[in-house]
Amino acid sequence: MSRQFNMRSLILSTGTTIILPLLLLFSLFLLLRGHNEPGGGFIGGLVAAAAIALKLFADDYPSAKALLRVHPLQLVGIGLALAALSSLPSLLVGDNFFTAQWWTLPLPIFGELKLSTPLIFDIGVFLGVIGTVLTVIFTLVEAEH
Amino acid sequence: MDMSVLIALPVIIPLIIGALSLVALNNHGVQRILGVLGTAAVLVAAIVLLWQTWLNGIKVLEVGSWPAPFGIVLVSDLLGAIMVLLAAITGFATAVYSLKTVRKRFERFGYYPLLHLLLAGVNGAFLTGDIFNLYVWFEVLLVASFALLIQGGERAQMEGAIKYVTLNLLSSALFLTAIGLLYGLVGSLNMADIAVRLQQVEDPKMVTLVAMLFLIAFSIKAAAFPLFFWLPASYHTPQVAVSAVFAGLLTKVGVYALYRVFTLMFTGEVDFTHQILLWMAVFTMLTGVLGAASQYEVRRILSFHIISQIGYMMLGLALFTPLALIGGVFYIMHHIIVKANLFFVAGMMYRLGGSFELKQLGGLYKKHPGLALLFMIPAFSLAGVPPLSGFFAKFILIKAGVEAQAWWAVAIALFVGLFTLFSMIKIWNEAFWKKAPEPAIEVPAPYRNTALYWTTGLLAAMTVAIGIFAQPIYVLAETAAQQLLEPQRYIEAVLGGAK
Repeated sequence: MSRQFNMRSLILSTGTTIILPLLLLFSLFLLLRGHNEPGGGFIGGLVAAAAIALKLFADDYPSAKALLRVHPLQLVGIGLALAALSSLPSLLVGDNFFTAQWWTLPLPIFGELKLSTPLIFDIGVFLGVIGTVLTVIFTLVEAEH
Repeated sequence: MDMSVLIALPVIIPLIIGALSLVALNNHGVQRILGVLGTAAVLVAAIVLLWQTWLNGIKVLEVGSWPAPFGIVLVSDLLGAIMVLLAAITGFATAVYSLKTVRKRFERFGYYPLLHLLLAGVNGAFLTGDIFNLYVWFEVLLVASFALLIQGGERAQMEGAIKYVTLNLLSSALFLTAIGLLYGLVGSLNMADIAVRLQQVEDPKMVTLVAMLFLIAFSIKAAAFPLFFWLPASYHTPQVAVSAVFAGLLTKVGVYALYRVFTLMFTGEVDFTHQILLWMAVFTMLTGVLGAASQYEVRRILSFHIISQIGYMMLGLALFTPLALIGGVFYIMHHIIVKANLFFVAGMMYRLGGSFELKQLGGLYKKHPGLALLFMIPAFSLAGVPPLSGFFAKFILIKAGVEAQAWWAVAIALFVGLFTLFSMIKIWNEAFWKKAPEPAIEVPAPYRNTALYWTTGLLAAMTVAIGIFAQPIYVLAETAAQQLLEPQRYIEAVLGGAK
């Protein structure tokens, strides 16, 4: 049996079910906003990790772990791989290694969507930060047991 | 596609492979395959890079198309490309050696991702043309090495790691301070640009001060006298594959940084700076070899010999004549391969003889003559016995010392060579020649050692080859040294030659 946290309460638990999706959405918002305005993968990743940590406090370790589905270190790996791979598309168009590439995708209602390799890099950072923070937190929780 | 991407490959391949092996965290088979394939890919890239640099001269890559001196550049001159090739050889050998020696427990704690991260950091340091970026790569490889060093969590490891971490962080802080002062002085971080601007600085004392800070920072990393004691305290504690890759590569990153900085940037007051280097080199040689004489644990003996060998490499830089630099570059080439190999052999002695302590070992020659041969080649090469690689490396350096009339340095270099031979013969006598002590140590059930024999055998063959083909290797080192002595070429390639 996993040890239960002292601060476990019905209010926090119920509140978390509502706040958790909002926090995750907000973290995505921060991630996407980051290219030109305050925000970015690092802050977004911290917020997302905080959301999952909240789940951990409100419920228990197994449910927080289930929410993530993969081992947090694997998340770090995926993040790092994305960040590293974002350096390569520039080679296909004959630019220097790591040169930022931009593609615009025309969308019917919203105008146009800008996609870029810096965005891929940022997503990599986002996943890397989530993974790192959660590795630390999960390790501490496991040490408790 | 522009061929300049070649310069980025030795850095980006280990990063991607490392990340992928982190994704495959629980699948050790995939990690092992990725380890061998990834390091093999880096090896191929490094060979092509050296070949291209040899044919076409210094290559420059402006990362992200940000022009120098504002963006970060990766530069491959001959010294950098040679270092990358040596790192790639060591990395590949380590990956193969790890297949049979690294325990499952360590694999679960991310041995392979850390190894790739370490190699990426080492290659990044060899290739970057930006002084702050050099600092970043130093940190990358240090973080990876901290984690590799304490895998296993034994008491001795923790003790060694504390010394290792403390002194290396001190060195990093000094390095960062030096970069800050330098930036305040010249307003640039691009090494070629710094070299140009330093010539116009009106305060030569300040430049020398900054140069001294770099000297202290890098000499700690290189384990040079007087701040070397973190190395013998820590290098014998992790598993052998880790010790070998540390012994082969890490201190040599410090040596490389010294070579880069004191040939490209700080050549204004050679009489002063290189005189200090000379004294440090002499004392480094001496303390290392004397420290080794009092040790009876194979890995500790080898660790102390790393220090004394660092002294030879610094000697090449300190004398600062064309021949001395050739000798220095030759020495680095010879040393990395020999040193990594000796640690690999030490690991096999442990597997087959049951101990690292000379007192407990014995009779290995009778039982495993193949291993005895594999020990003899790198050991005698380290000591400088002809016709192996170490003989030519030492010969060139000592000839350069005689020409420069640095008699003291020459005398000590010869003396240290003799003492190295003494040390190696000590290991030979105790571990291989004398009868196995009674009662014999229980050696666990026989392992399949084919991969290990292949690794050490290949590295030993390289040592022999460097000795036999000393002439072409000499020409390579000569051209590399010429590039170092004419920093104008490096500067033009970075600032002028780039589009």
